[in-house]
Amino acid sequence: MQPKISIQGVYYTYGDGTEALRNVSFDVLPHEVFVLFGPARSGKTTLLRLLNRLSDLTDDATLRGVITFNGASISGRSVDVFDLRRRISMVFAVPTPLPGSIRFNLTYGLQMAGMRDRRVLAERVEQSLQQAALWDEVKDRLDSSAMALSGGQKQRLCLARSLALEPEVILLDNPTSGLDPLSTNMVEEMLHDLSQRYTIIMVPHSVQQAARVADRAAFMLDGELIEVAKGERLFLHPQDQRTEDYITGRFG
Amino acid sequence: MSRQRSQRLAVALITAVAVLVFVPVIAIIGYLIVSGIGALNWEFLTAMPRNGMKEGGIMPAIVGTLILTMGTALVSMPVSLLAAIYLAEYARDNRLTRTIRMAIVNLAGIPSIVYGLFGLGAFVLAAGFGTSIIAGSLTLGIMTMPVVISTAEEAINSVPQQFRTVSLSLGASKWQTIRHQVLPHALPGILTGMILGLSRAAGETAPILFTVAAFYVPTLPSSIFDQTMALPYHLYVISTQVPGMPLTIQYGTALVLLLITLTLTLLATGVRTTMRRRRDW
Repeated sequence: MQPKISIQGVYYTYGDGTEALRNVSFDVLPHEVFVLFGPARSGKTTLLRLLNRLSDLTDDATLRGVITFNGASISGRSVDVFDLRRRISMVFAVPTPLPGSIRFNLTYGLQMAGMRDRRVLAERVEQSLQQAALWDEVKDRLDSSAMALSGGQKQRLCLARSLALEPEVILLDNPTSGLDPLSTNMVEEMLHDLSQRYTIIMVPHSVQQAARVADRAAFMLDGELIEVAKGERLFLHPQDQRTEDYITGRFG
Repeated sequence: MSRQRSQRLAVALITAVAVLVFVPVIAIIGYLIVSGIGALNWEFLTAMPRNGMKEGGIMPAIVGTLILTMGTALVSMPVSLLAAIYLAEYARDNRLTRTIRMAIVNLAGIPSIVYGLFGLGAFVLAAGFGTSIIAGSLTLGIMTMPVVISTAEEAINSVPQQFRTVSLSLGASKWQTIRHQVLPHALPGILTGMILGLSRAAGETAPILFTVAAFYVPTLPSSIFDQTMALPYHLYVISTQVPGMPLTIQYGTALVLLLITLTLTLLATGVRTTMRRRRDW
């Protein structure tokens, strides 16, 4: 099976010489929930931002190695980066609705891509809210401000906003960091349904969350990839001592 | 002195000084109103000057100032806005950027009479516009640019970074992001800076002295290549160059000029407050 995303020998160095990633290689398969976990500053978020080239916003950093999406490199000059970001969509750790209505948030990306058809836009709004389990709560106030939603609702709105683009891959950067247990539970339960239609790459809030949601998982430490395996195997029988130490809480 | 006493003394002193700020404002406005309100009537605002400007109205000067203010806006606003967008969103920290910033700082520090002489040399003579509305507008426009650019850049920078990141992550281009996520939220600040810049331009005398202002023209300008009267210069003229000028006309003219700049300032405050109240982040 062709990997959805393939990362081969990636080194990523900031302008000040800090090596954020060192020789990272792994594949993400279609329709899996792939979890990237590890201690703070191990390079997880940096890696996510490389995948949809939000890393372009960082000046002076250098990337070596190859990242492919559906078999084609994402780095070339000929790549339409705006299209890439719609197909590999990101949800951030801090839920950040854009100022404006709920509907505005959901249709923003599509409208920027030139979608004008009101019927399609309305369809996408409903579909994406349904998928993010937010429709029932907001269907009567789509035109009220997205800023008035609760934290958990905001994060589901941000997820819906990504889904409205009908992406192929969803990048979730610690999407439950600020959420209460109930909202966290809702998001976690959504993941496996979503993986029927999308490929999901997620940085989890905790090792426990990683173990709950991962089809496969990768352990990262200081910019290096230590170990990749199926979730069950990685969390029950880690091969590397450092992975085991981290999972069992001996450091981190 | 005990800590309580020194504390009380400090507060009293600071409050007193803060209140002192009011005094000149109230004094100037109050004095002008008291002395000039008698001159204000419909004829004063809408009639041409008569009898060596000692009678009649000051309409050409009012109209001239309004036209010059609009001309200044047309010259200064687009350039300033684009420059601010460039500096805030696109400029990297390199020699070019530093040179531009240095130029702006220096522009802000140039005395207004020097702008006037520059306008005379560049627009009136070299460009061949003659003493005209277009030469005056260009001069005033350049003079207001540094203030408008700085406030606009600040307003753009104060838009939270994450709105840009989110917008880009949803596939918007950089320009779309600026257009739809940055400028709308920076608008109150940008408008405030623009209006304040214009209110300063409306009240300046030196830059228009050689570039556009006419001592006495009993007609309204018919094209941008005409001279025009303008309130600040007119005020200077009737206060110093015309013997036997009735005081009420002088004060009345000053009051009208003050009302125009005051209106612009209040407009700026109003715009900012309304738009701030409407935003929900």
